[in-house]
Amino acid sequence: MHIHKFEKIWLIFGVGALVVFLSVVGVSAFYLGNKPPSCLTTIDPKKVDTEAPFDKPGLNKVEGKEWDYELVYVASAFLYNPGEVEVPLGAKVKVIATTKDVVHGFQVAGTNINMMLEPGYVNEIVTTFDKEGEYLVVCNEYCGTGHHLMSSKIKVVK
Amino acid sequence: MAKVELKSNKKTEIEDSSSLKGTLASVFLLGIFLVVTWASVYFLFLDRF
Amino acid sequence: MSSQTTKLKVDPRDGKLAMAHFYVAFIALALGGLMGLLQTLVRSGKFELPWGIDYYQILTVHGVLMGLVLTTFFIMGFQYAAVSRTAGTHSPAARRIAWIGFWVMTLGTVMAATMVLLKEASVLYTFYAPLKAHWIFYLGLTFVIVGSWLDGAAQIMTYARWRKENPGKPSPLLSFMAIINTVMWIVATLGVASTVLFQLLPWSLGIVDTVDVLISRTLFWYFGHPLVYFWLLPAYMCWYAIIPKIIGGKIFSDSLARLSFILFLLFSIPVGFHHQLTEPGIDPAWKFLQVVLTFMVIVPSLMTAFSLFATFERYGRSKGATGLFGWFKVLPWKDARFTVPFIGMASFIPAGAGGIINASNQMNQVVHNTIWVTGHFHLTAATSVVLTFFGISYWLVPHLTGRKLTKAMNKLAIIQGWVWFIGMVFMSGAMHFQGLLGGPRRSAFSTYGDSAQALEWIPYQIAQAVGGSILFLGIILILIIFVNLAFFAPKGEEEFPVGEAENLEEKAPMIFENWKLWLGITALLILFAYTIPFIDMIQNAPPGSEGFKTWGSW
Repeated sequence: MHIHKFEKIWLIFGVGALVVFLSVVGVSAFYLGNKPPSCLTTIDPKKVDTEAPFDKPGLNKVEGKEWDYELVYVASAFLYNPGEVEVPLGAKVKVIATTKDVVHGFQVAGTNINMMLEPGYVNEIVTTFDKEGEYLVVCNEYCGTGHHLMSSKIKVVK
Repeated sequence: MAKVELKSNKKTEIEDSSSLKGTLASVFLLGIFLVVTWASVYFLFLDRF
Repeated sequence: MSSQTTKLKVDPRDGKLAMAHFYVAFIALALGGLMGLLQTLVRSGKFELPWGIDYYQILTVHGVLMGLVLTTFFIMGFQYAAVSRTAGTHSPAARRIAWIGFWVMTLGTVMAATMVLLKEASVLYTFYAPLKAHWIFYLGLTFVIVGSWLDGAAQIMTYARWRKENPGKPSPLLSFMAIINTVMWIVATLGVASTVLFQLLPWSLGIVDTVDVLISRTLFWYFGHPLVYFWLLPAYMCWYAIIPKIIGGKIFSDSLARLSFILFLLFSIPVGFHHQLTEPGIDPAWKFLQVVLTFMVIVPSLMTAFSLFATFERYGRSKGATGLFGWFKVLPWKDARFTVPFIGMASFIPAGAGGIINASNQMNQVVHNTIWVTGHFHLTAATSVVLTFFGISYWLVPHLTGRKLTKAMNKLAIIQGWVWFIGMVFMSGAMHFQGLLGGPRRSAFSTYGDSAQALEWIPYQIAQAVGGSILFLGIILILIIFVNLAFFAPKGEEEFPVGEAENLEEKAPMIFENWKLWLGITALLILFAYTIPFIDMIQNAPPGSEGFKTWGSW
């Protein structure tokens, strides 16, 4: 099989670019801690309200961990609990969420906080809220008639 | 082997009609587009929390 | 292409079956297109659906009709005709199986559609559990898949006959490509068939109480990514093997075309996790592994880009074009059979760029489930693929019905292509930008309690409605052309163009036809990418989910 010289040059460039892309995201994920949300903890979707940390939805200060706060959400058709929360600017926060019924999304618009909530699973992401402002939390996975009404609010304040 | 073939057969009179330099330029424009769009979203990712 | 079984014209008996597929496909396009228009109008905030029709109901209709019905029927009809043209008329047995396949698919479509119209299945075309639709909806989708297997079996039978009659020869390129796509489709649909037959059907019938959501989603996405390649490969068939003939050029390399199709077969399937990058319950290392495999599938598209440019440049230079880009101008821009698919090819450049971004592991968090993704597959599927399908119809439909593409229709077809392009620039462009700002996909109009961020999205949603309206005009135009070519165009002969390779001495290596080898590697890659994650999911499974019906009834 004959491959033209120019095609070889192109494929070397193209594959090289792909290798660079993969290396950049790979190093960022596995050495700098930017893995996509992939929590492996399971939970009985019927007992969400009584199990820690979901018995206390909202922003909770924690001690002795790598993060300063845990921001706990319980999603169900078609609302998030809490519906509004204030986070101090610069706080390192672990956002922890799960769903009591169907699959929901959890996206803080304009940020990288974007994860799937599936019944039976906890999902989480650690981040530092380093930009002031009011952020909209939206459900971005279809969950039923009220899907487009399902939202919450995060205020990052000084 | 491929190189030898190219040089011996096509160098002289047919070169212009069989040239693929426009193809090479086109795919590289495409490649640059891919790199630029990817990098812009990557920087958006870095900029956001 | 020198074999004696090759016929210049598709046998009318095969043509009839291909046309039957196209009728269903274009009816799906008409209805699905109307639903798409309504969605963009609703989301602009300026229009509300009458008579209690629900946004998510029409969204389901749009997704099922466009993503599953239009595509599957068109592809099976086209491939059936392409195999008949290049590997010889189908045997009566093969044709009978394909007819059964057609009717099973049609019955399945009617079953699923009825349940959606009755508001018993507003679950979108991805039907994620634990949203629970009526069992007839799942059974209908099963029929669509089983029917497509029968359609595929007919193609495989005819291909096998050709191989037997022509030992030691590489099969005709178009037949080879059609079989690769069919085989990939059969391997891929095993995933969705498993979740439907073993999980969703028993659960919706009340035989079991709960469903494992993550396993169901994983089986769905094992199918969901090769699904999009199943749409794309027929377009690549046209670009590689048909367009060169239409423009009067040659296929740049028959062997490289086959190699790229083999790579698609190998790497389209073990990559479903890149649709599940932000999901819990899957180890990030396995996600990343599938991201790497996803990047492998970009390579054949890089090869395709080079081959297509090379075909165009060689043709242009043979016509005396000079300079770096002179060849571009001499391409037959006045021929709809070329220009319309060309717009599709060009759209694949931003479409592919977006796809690389989507698959880039944690970068997916920027765009996951935002309307950027909708914008992305309206470039890939709804522009690159669909415009190529339209371009194919412009010669295939009259070829099969014994009519001619007239000058007037050719002109209208070119206008249609540009109307589509302009509509998509507005719609898909606005979707991409709104998605980067965080606007969610698959959502009705909402200001989210007048949130400042959501209010910023509204201008983009209006732009989408403008684009959607232009695209609907495009749908009306294509329907006019299709009906003309099927029923009213003047009688005549329209060519079924099949390209020839530039270098006829270079025979494609026979290893490409070694199905044991390629299916073996495909299976190994799938087992490698999925076995351990699957065992993890089963061993660490949470309590199952009961079904939910979170949408309104009539």
